[in-house]
Amino acid sequence: MFKKKDIQLAFVILIIAIFALILITLTKEEGATVVITVNGKVSQTFPLNENHTMIIGDESTEYNILEIKDGFVSMTDANCPDKLCVKHNSIHFSHESIVCLPHKVVVEIQGGEESEVDMISN
Amino acid sequence: MKSKKVVLYGLLIALAFILSYIESIIPIPVPIPGIKIGLANLVVITALYLMGPKQAFVLSMIRIVLVGFTFGNLSTMLFSFAGGLLSWSLMVLARKIKGLSITGVSILGGVGHNIGQILVAMFVVNSSSLIYYLPFLIISGLVAGTVIGMVGAIITIRLKKYVKE
Repeated sequence: MFKKKDIQLAFVILIIAIFALILITLTKEEGATVVITVNGKVSQTFPLNENHTMIIGDESTEYNILEIKDGFVSMTDANCPDKLCVKHNSIHFSHESIVCLPHKVVVEIQGGEESEVDMISN
Repeated sequence: MKSKKVVLYGLLIALAFILSYIESIIPIPVPIPGIKIGLANLVVITALYLMGPKQAFVLSMIRIVLVGFTFGNLSTMLFSFAGGLLSWSLMVLARKIKGLSITGVSILGGVGHNIGQILVAMFVVNSSSLIYYLPFLIISGLVAGTVIGMVGAIITIRLKKYVKE
């Protein structure tokens, strides 16, 4: 069922994935802004360090409820069919994102030098 | 001979359809868009080894259209097409590599399926941030592909004598 080459192949794929994971972990930094993209266009941006709850979309048709709390962003509710966005863990670091594919909503955290300045001023 | 082929197609499509349904009711533990166990790939890889690349392709596409109309919509069908196409192409190429068994071919199929889905997702939402999910998708494709490949190997050995008559 297993040949030598199968195991080699599995090993190579695993190494690539782990290498990519390490690279992502090493390059991540504290997030600064929350960028909301709907239908491929940036619709709103918010600072990560301010608590905020908002509705993306329209409550009568397609909606996602987004919450920024203590520097963490999560989708608390949505009426999409798969609810993957609601099940997603809250995000905090740069490059992290919550995606709602059925509604074409992407919530992404971006880093930036401003975050440090903000923290000092706070 | 010909009616036998019709029966075989019908059986395999029905099986792939049922496996897709079973997969749709299994909750996914990790909320990452594009992650799939790919149970139906078991049928595609069996067809690839028992019948050939063309037949496996036809099976895979019929399954996607049927499942898309029954449980999904046009956009979920689009994701499945991308995943199915990339997975099938990789498996057909991998089968030509000497020393690679069904398990290895299935691993490439599983990884290819998940990569295809995330590529379409990136295109649909027009955001490159999805690329950061790729390592998780590769690992999940690797695990699922290994299991499906091992089961596929068992099935292929048992069915070979009935199909190749």
